[in-house]
Amino acid sequence: MDPESFMNINTEILFTAPVAWGILRGLGKFLDLSQRAPRWNAVFNRIWVPGLVLFLFALVFRIESELLNDAYWLLIFAIISVVLIQLRNYRPARTLLLAIAPFVLYFLLEFVVSVLQKSLVKEYDDAFDTSRVFAVIWLFTFLMIARSQKKNLEAERLLREEEEKAKQRIAAQNVELERLVTERTAALTQQAKELQNTLTELKTTQTQLIQAEKMASLGELTAGIAHEIQNPLNFVNNFAEVSVELCQELREEVEKVDMSAADKEYFMELLNDLSHNQAKINQHGQRAASIVKGMLQHSRVSTGERQATDLNALADEYLRLAYHGLRAKDKTFNATLKTSFDETVGEVEILPQDLGRVLLNLFSNAFYAVQQRQRQGEPDYQPTVTVSTRQANGQVEIRVRDNGTGIPEAVRQKIFQPFFTTKPTGEGTGLGLSLSYDIVTQGHSGTLTLESQEGAGTEFIISLPA
Amino acid sequence: MKILVVDDETDVRTLFEQRFRREIRSGKFTFSFAYSGEEALDYLHQHASEVVLILSDINMPGMSGLELLRRVKQEYAAPPPAPPLVMMITAYGDSESYDQAMQLGANDFLTKPVDFAALKEKLVSLEKL
Repeated sequence: MDPESFMNINTEILFTAPVAWGILRGLGKFLDLSQRAPRWNAVFNRIWVPGLVLFLFALVFRIESELLNDAYWLLIFAIISVVLIQLRNYRPARTLLLAIAPFVLYFLLEFVVSVLQKSLVKEYDDAFDTSRVFAVIWLFTFLMIARSQKKNLEAERLLREEEEKAKQRIAAQNVELERLVTERTAALTQQAKELQNTLTELKTTQTQLIQAEKMASLGELTAGIAHEIQNPLNFVNNFAEVSVELCQELREEVEKVDMSAADKEYFMELLNDLSHNQAKINQHGQRAASIVKGMLQHSRVSTGERQATDLNALADEYLRLAYHGLRAKDKTFNATLKTSFDETVGEVEILPQDLGRVLLNLFSNAFYAVQQRQRQGEPDYQPTVTVSTRQANGQVEIRVRDNGTGIPEAVRQKIFQPFFTTKPTGEGTGLGLSLSYDIVTQGHSGTLTLESQEGAGTEFIISLPA
Repeated sequence: MKILVVDDETDVRTLFEQRFRREIRSGKFTFSFAYSGEEALDYLHQHASEVVLILSDINMPGMSGLELLRRVKQEYAAPPPAPPLVMMITAYGDSESYDQAMQLGANDFLTKPVDFAALKEKLVSLEKL
């Protein structure tokens, strides 16, 4: 026995407890026990409790043995071993287990031997010493290994964390990029749509310009042709007319001649036919002349003086004029007239007679369209013609709307061309709208456009600079 | 009454002769025809005091009707002999031609197609003066 054992040997536990507490704290930190096994960590933190209990127990029962301290150590080793076994998936823990294993075994063996037979320890003192040195060397070697393993793992973990962070950063960047792409795509789509709209607008304007140019040259051509035709046509009409007179005179002369009744009758018959033919030539010549007159009006556009005119009053006047003009021809015809006048339109500098002709034309067409639809025998159909005015953006608009038959696309293309008509032969000259177009575009620097839907109606829009 | 008709269309002669055949036959009117402004002036120089009325087209190649009107009014400004009356006939019934003709001293202004019944009445009333 050691000479120290004669002193109160149990006090050793009081020294062991803080040491054990320190070791376990260090171990707990090394293993990140607060993270991996928080309950064991709490046990580690209270490792001094069994030490104190043992000490007090020994004090109370007056037990004095160094085995108490060894038993306390064994308890500590057991707890460490259990914890390490539990954490065997963590490599440094495994290495630590390997590190303490010989030391613990040695300690256990020494304890068991001391308990059973103390003399044996003395006998094999060298062997025990060698074993202890070996176990301690082993312990420290593997502690180092465990430390470096932990360091490596830590480094690995840091690397992984770094990678994770990088990944997250990339993911965030991806999201941001995705958002930017979406944003840009939306902007581009919007732009494309706008461009498409502009293109459509440009195309429409181009078509309108071409149409306007065509109309202008057609108008000139029409007027030119009219002039050229007028002179020969005048001759045709005049000669035909005078021939009728000549026939009449000839008839009177024949009466005076003495000839057989049969001859005279035949003579008269021929003269009658001749006279009749001349009258027909004159009649059809007059028809041609009235067309020529219409054509000539193309060249008369924009002569005359502009006058400040109340557009609303003008539109109203001509609406009624057109309606009653049609009612005079067809008593059965009936239509609802609607007006919606913008009072701010006021007086506009125009050629009142020319624009009146345009309005009369548009109203007549509107009434014709609703009349045509009415004849189709639709139930509950109410023919309606609406005229409205509006002032906006330095422009004055007159809209003439009907709920008639509508105009097919193919017809819309040609509608302002001279001589284009859909009415039966003899009913329309095809000059009304072409003349209206000239009056509005050339006479007033305005525009005449239309919107139409087949089977639903048509709207003509006169737009004039206010 | 002697009337000089000036028009570049030669058929005007046939037309007038047939339209006014009764008046011509009865000697009421005498028609002469010229097919250009120059020809009309020549005729006037040769038959100075005979022509009472000139019916002239405006649109003619060479000397226009308005030019003829100006020359006639200039040459016969101071009577005697009494200056011939001048009536203009044109297919262009625009106010510009009308104003010009009136300014140059035209006595009347007719538009084609000519209403012969009205023209006849006008000539008859002229004759009565």
